[in-house]
Parts: sequence; C-alpha cells; structure tokens
Amino acid sequence: MVKVKVNGKEFSYDGDPAMPLLWYVRDELRLTGTKFGCGMSLCGACTVHKDGVAVRSCITPMSAVDGAEITTVEGLGASGLHPVQKAWMQINVPQCGYCQPGQMMQAASLLKTKKNPTDEDIDAAMSGNICRCGTYQRIRAAVKAAAREMA
Amino acid sequence: MSAIENVSRRGFLKGVVSAGAFVLSVRYLPESLHAEGLPGNTRIDHAAFHPGIFLGIEPDGTVYIVAHRSEMGTTSRTSLPLILADELDADWKRVRLEQALGDERYGSQNTDGSHSIREFFETMRKAGATARLMLTQAAANQWKVSPDECKADLHTIVHTATGRKLGYGELAAAASKLPVPKPEDLKFKPKSAWRYIGKGSPSYDLPQVVTGKAVYGMDARMDGMVYASIERPPVLGGKVKSFDDKEALKVAGVSRTVSVEPFQGAWGFQPLGGVAVIANNTWAAFQGRKKLRVEWENGPNAGYNSGAYRKELQEKSRTAAKVARNHGDVDAGFAGGGKIIEADYYVPHLAHAAMEPLVAVAEFRNGKVAAWAPTQNPQAVQETVAKACGIAKDDVICHVTLLGGGFGRKSKPDYVAEAALLSKKVGRPVKVVWTREDDIRFDFYHSVAAVYMKAAVDSSGKPTAWLQRTVFPPILSMNNPNEDHAADFEMGMGMTDVPFDIPNLRVENGAASAHVRIGWLRSVSNIYHAFAVQTFADELAHAAKRDPVDYMLDLIGPPRIVDMAGVANPNYGGDYEQYPNDTGRLRKVLEMAAEKSGWGKRKFAKGAGMGIAVHRSFLTYVANVVEVQVSDDGTIHIPRVETVVDAGLVTNPETARSQFEGAAVFGTSIALMGSITATDGAIDQSNFNNYPVARMKEAPVRTNVHLVESDAPPAGIGEPGVPPFIPALCNAIFAATGKRVRELPLNKMKLV
Repeated sequence: MVKVKVNGKEFSYDGDPAMPLLWYVRDELRLTGTKFGCGMSLCGACTVHKDGVAVRSCITPMSAVDGAEITTVEGLGASGLHPVQKAWMQINVPQCGYCQPGQMMQAASLLKTKKNPTDEDIDAAMSGNICRCGTYQRIRAAVKAAAREMA
Repeated sequence: MSAIENVSRRGFLKGVVSAGAFVLSVRYLPESLHAEGLPGNTRIDHAAFHPGIFLGIEPDGTVYIVAHRSEMGTTSRTSLPLILADELDADWKRVRLEQALGDERYGSQNTDGSHSIREFFETMRKAGATARLMLTQAAANQWKVSPDECKADLHTIVHTATGRKLGYGELAAAASKLPVPKPEDLKFKPKSAWRYIGKGSPSYDLPQVVTGKAVYGMDARMDGMVYASIERPPVLGGKVKSFDDKEALKVAGVSRTVSVEPFQGAWGFQPLGGVAVIANNTWAAFQGRKKLRVEWENGPNAGYNSGAYRKELQEKSRTAAKVARNHGDVDAGFAGGGKIIEADYYVPHLAHAAMEPLVAVAEFRNGKVAAWAPTQNPQAVQETVAKACGIAKDDVICHVTLLGGGFGRKSKPDYVAEAALLSKKVGRPVKVVWTREDDIRFDFYHSVAAVYMKAAVDSSGKPTAWLQRTVFPPILSMNNPNEDHAADFEMGMGMTDVPFDIPNLRVENGAASAHVRIGWLRSVSNIYHAFAVQTFADELAHAAKRDPVDYMLDLIGPPRIVDMAGVANPNYGGDYEQYPNDTGRLRKVLEMAAEKSGWGKRKFAKGAGMGIAVHRSFLTYVANVVEVQVSDDGTIHIPRVETVVDAGLVTNPETARSQFEGAAVFGTSIALMGSITATDGAIDQSNFNNYPVARMKEAPVRTNVHLVESDAPPAGIGEPGVPPFIPALCNAIFAATGKRVRELPLNKMKLV
C-alpha cells in the first residue's frame, strides 16, 4: 500500500508498485495536466514536483512516492496563478501548449533554488524539457519575468 | 460563393445556444456549382467546398462562434473567429468558441498547408458583416429609423443622431426573424476601423493551457473505456505470421489481445495492422505489449536500407529525367564554354515527433462511431473510420480536441481508425495510445531526397544555364504504391517555381519508389529544395568572389511576376493573379534581412559568421540571416536570427511572430540532428535519444521576426519560416568554418 499526497489531498494506492506516477495521476486521479511525451525521462512533459523538487513522473514508480507530497500543474497555483503561470500568459509562451505544464513545473522548481537565474542557469535547468513548437526564447523570457515577480 | 441562412429556429448549435438565440448558418458552395449550375466546369482551384461556420448570439449578448479548423499551436482556432468578431464589431471578451465536429458542410477542415487564414478570411468577414447588418436592421426597425442612421459600436447598435443604444443581446430575438441580406448588400468595415485584425489576440485557450485544464487527445476519455497498445508490423506491408500472448495476458490489468487486420491495397490512411493489447489502464497495456511474442511476415519492403537507397537516389539525380520546367536551351548553355559548377545535396527522412504521441478514443455502437481525436482533418477521420468499420461517413462523429502539435502527421487518421476498429471488436469505447517509439517508428515520413544542381557561369560568375534535378519518393505513393514521380504540388515547392532570372533553365524530376509511408511534414518539399537551391546560390556567389546578397539579387533579377506559362503551377492552391510569384517582394525581404542583421558591416571572430537565404513558400516571402559560432569541439551555437516575412495582411501578428520563432527551432532540429533511417525495412530510430530534436541549449538564442506591412491578401504563416532557415544556417557555417554543407544533418559532419 502506497500512501501519497497529491496537490494536498491524501490517496492510497495498492496496484502495481512499478507503475509510474504519471499513469497514476493521469489514469486513476484523472489529473491530465501532466503529459506523456516519451516514457524515458527524455522530454520533460511529465514533470511534477516530488517534495518540492522537479521529477519526471514517467520514470518515477509508485513505490518511490510512498509518503511523498506530489504537486502537479493543477496544484501549482494553489491560491490563484503561480508567478510562472502568470509570466507564461503575459509573454504568450505556449503554441500547442502540450509540453508547457512540464516546462512550468521545471521552471517553478528552478526558481525555488535560483531566485535570479542567469541565461546559463536557465539553459541548464530547462534543456531537459523539449518543446517541439520551439518556444524556448519565450520560455527563457518568462522564467526571468517570473523571477522578477517573485523577488 | 456563400449561402448564408437565418437558422435561428432550426436545430443548429442545439445544446450550445438557447431557443431564443439568433443563429446564422454560413454555408459555402463551390463557386462553379453556384455560378454555372454544374460542378467542375470552371477553375479547379474553386472546386473544393469552401467553409461554413455558425454564429449564434444569445439574448444575454454572448456571441458563439464555431471554430471549424483545428488548433495545434498556430492559433487558427482563435484567429479565424477573431476576424468574424471584428467584422461583427463584437466584444471579444463576450465571444465563446465552439469547436466544430467533422462535417463537410463547413467545407475543408483540413488544417494543413498553411491554409486557414488565407482560405477563410473573406468567409469570416462576410459572416460577421451579415450578422452586423441584420442587427442594425433590427435596431432601426425598433426605432423606426433608416438603418443608414445607425452604426455598430462594440456589441451595440447606436442611433447616431439621438445616441440611443441597443445591445446585440437585446436585438438577437428581432434579428433572428429577419431575412438574410444579399451578399452584394454587405458593407465591410474599413481597415481603419478594425479592432482585432492586424492587432491580434492571444490564444483563446491560453488560460486553460497554463493551468493544465486544456483537453488534448491524450486527455480525452469516454465512460467505460479500455486502453489499447498495438504491436505493429515493423516493415511496411508486413503481416502477423503468428503470435503468443500467454505472458501478456498474465500482466495485471490486461484483459485480452485483439488482432488488427493489415491494410488492403494502397495503404492510404489505413491502419498498419498488428496485435493490440487491451487493458484497464495505459501502463498495463504497455506492459502487456512488451510480453507479446509476434512473428512477422515482412514482405517486399524488407529490402529497404537507407545507405543503399541513398546511392540509388544520387545516381538517379545525376541522370536525365522527366522535365518539369524548361526555357531557353540549357544543353547549348552548358556546351557554350562557360565554367561549369555542380553539386549534390541530400536530406534524409524526417519524423514529425509532435510532443503529443498519436492517440484517439472511439466507441462503435449500433453501427455508428463517436471518436475524440487530436486531428488536423476531422473529415478524413470520418472517411477513414467509415471505410475501416464498413459504415457510412455520416455515421462517424468526430470530436476535435486540442492537438499537442501536428506538423502534418495528425492529418493522417490511421490512429483513429485503430481505436474505432478495436471498439467494434471489444464492444466498449477504446483509447489507443501510441508510445513515443510507435510515433517515431510508424510515421508518414518526410521524403528522403537527393537534389543535383548544375550551372554554367560567365566570366562575371553569373549563370548562363541552370539545371536542377530532384529525386525523392513521392507522397502520392500512399494512394498508388507504384507512383514514383513527384506530384505537381511537390515540384511546385521550391523547384518549378524557382524565381531566378536565367536565360536557360531546366527543372527535372527523377523516379523513386517509396518503401516506407511518405507524408507531408511542416514545409514539405520546400525543405530539401530550398536547402539545395539556396546553398548552391551561395556556392556560386563565393565562386564568383561576390557578396552573397548582391549575387542573390542579381540571380533573382528585376522586380517582376515569374512567368509560369506552360509550367504546372499549383501555387499552393492560390490563384496566380491574386497570389503571383513577385520577385519585387522577394527582393525586399532579402534586402531588409541584410539590413536588420548588419550584413556586410560586421566583423566576426574565427569560427563565427553569418549566412543568408530567401524563399517563397505557401505564398509568403521569407528571408533569414543566421549567425553562428562553431566552437573548437564543433558545437554549433546560434546566437541570433533575423527573419523578415512578407505574408500579406497578417491577422494576429504576435502569434505569427511565434510561428517564425518556432520555425527557426524546427529548422535547427532538421539541420543539426534530424535523420530517420531504415535497416531491412524497419526504422532504426525510436525515441528522443536516437531521434533528437533541438533543446533550449541548441536552439537559436534570439530570433527577431519582422513582419512587412502589407495589404496584399493573407498568405501562409505556419510553414514558410522553415525552408530558408536551413540554408541560411548552412551558409553561415560556411562563412564561419569554410566547410560547405551539402547533406543533412550536420551532426554527421566534421566541422573542425
């Protein structure tokens, strides 16, 4: 039995402990903001926070989240929009938008540790997240805008 | 031609608007049908059905607009209704969009070929103007004044003399009883009064996207649905010889396996066949599938090997072939004693790799299918599903979700037919989820292509004779596997439409057979054609020791309309009088890009430089200047890109700029790392580890997009940014390193 908190709510899970967290939140909890992109931790579309830190839910088995607190994009702005979400809107980052929940979760995690990230910090933190539409320059600008708002 | 009907008291938009709403149906007929009473006897370009949309106004003032095109990131879904809202003089904040089902009454819904705005701009304006005129009449009737004394002003009709006002909601009931004005009585707003066209708006879906609430195909669900993952034949045309599902059925959550029949005849959009694992969640279906043991009968395409095929293509590109355009006497030009310069270019297959892998949910019940799919072409879903399930097209309901990227792949609905067929077999709604590996290995690939370029140049370095020959397996092999020559539309993408002012010029196309499914990918044949032509032009400029911009301007020649007499000229479906190939506009974007980049005025350190290229595609003129730095270990860094675009009138400039920023990244993926290869008929790549695409650290740091102010008719936005970017980058690499790039991708080349 795995006990896990998702966006502040307690859940227990007694299925296959090898099932990735991604499919638990999507198929069982029906929180579909977290996306499937590659299944191999190569694209970042499935990024969520585990105890406040960005992880790839597609390779995180349920056995590894027992007792953990998980935040998905649905829980990112627990009270209104998170500064990252506001910046994403203000700078018109998304095109198709599919990768953007993962991008925003990654960016929010970065901003917890780097209050004022440089271009190099942003490139290093965000290069695990693929955007096939190619919104990278707006992502970089939005991360900086969110940092300013959070300062 | 349009036929607009007042259908307020009929069943349209049922469930969306209430009984008292004002609803206009705008249904477009083929011009030929309308004008002559007989289909197909006038211009072919107008024979396709044009769009219809439905517009409804509620008594509370809410305006409903049906978005009939798919949303994959280009903002088609937002920008078309925005045009209607502008002409209606509606308040965009009070507009609600309804995504259309697949239905031929809308005309083409195939969101492809950078068509949406250019094909439906007038349609949207007419619909908005019609409704505005009827609301004005309704107000005038109520005030007992002439409608000429009234005007629309942001969701209200105003009586100018007295200042009396009535809101659109207050007028909806009265307007719904009025006859529809004749098209010739419509008056359009002057450009100076436009509220939204040319100013734009963010995507209607932006708030849902950033909160994770937006519904993509991957997020669709139906009550009682099961999940399926399909093991497909690794070689095109392969069949299941036998399979063993004992271990698969032991996986917790797996309920059964189901055979999917292979395609019959030409593959078209039919499913590939294989064995499906059915389970109660996605993960269980994936796990069960890994335990399947399938033996395949591979068939004739098992002889397809990319290395050998490349040699074949390149030999053919050096052999005389079918002539697609010819003027002057090229052979005499080559024999005339000038210097001969020739080069071979090669681009491999590419995969679309949209971030959302293919996925669909469908239910077959009582001889009908309801499907939810991220599709660029819901009417093709209806046709394909109907054929697969043996039912009528009208018995297929296709709901269109948001698309997590499309790039042409999601026009081909094999994945939706899989879901429908499986539902028919298991008696429940089925969600088919493709893994990333499926997505890469079972694509409709961008053609591999070899292009041979040859020129004779005079003592000043200017070409006197020019030959360009292209060889690639054609897209229409999907309808006829024996088809080995390009369609006119493929040749018209950067080959037959070459805009150069050269007295002797010939364009040829050699034969090539397809051994994998070939499809269209963002920008299509323009990718390899612009790469070859624009790189070759740069080679000639350097051979002549001339500045590439000046040389290119000479090649293009004076401002004129390119003479296409006697040449098949599909022109992206655009009328050539309305959308001519105008070298004046081509020259202008080139000159502007040079100016914006500081061309010729900047000094670069060792390993750095700039390259330029210009190309017209999808009726839009684009020039790129790309700046590169190649480090000592060969790493390519792209600090800056200048993109100048003349796309005619641009409805939504901000989201258009995004498309060209994204095109530079898409082009970076193709140039630096894109390569799909086959061994014994099976695709070698499978995920982002072996089919990488550009990440933030590889992408251009800054792409500045400049839109040329223009009143020319609207042209394409989604695709035309990709083709010139790639040769501009490769020309920059030559400037930086002296290494000439004649094949892609660059990661196979030693630059230092």
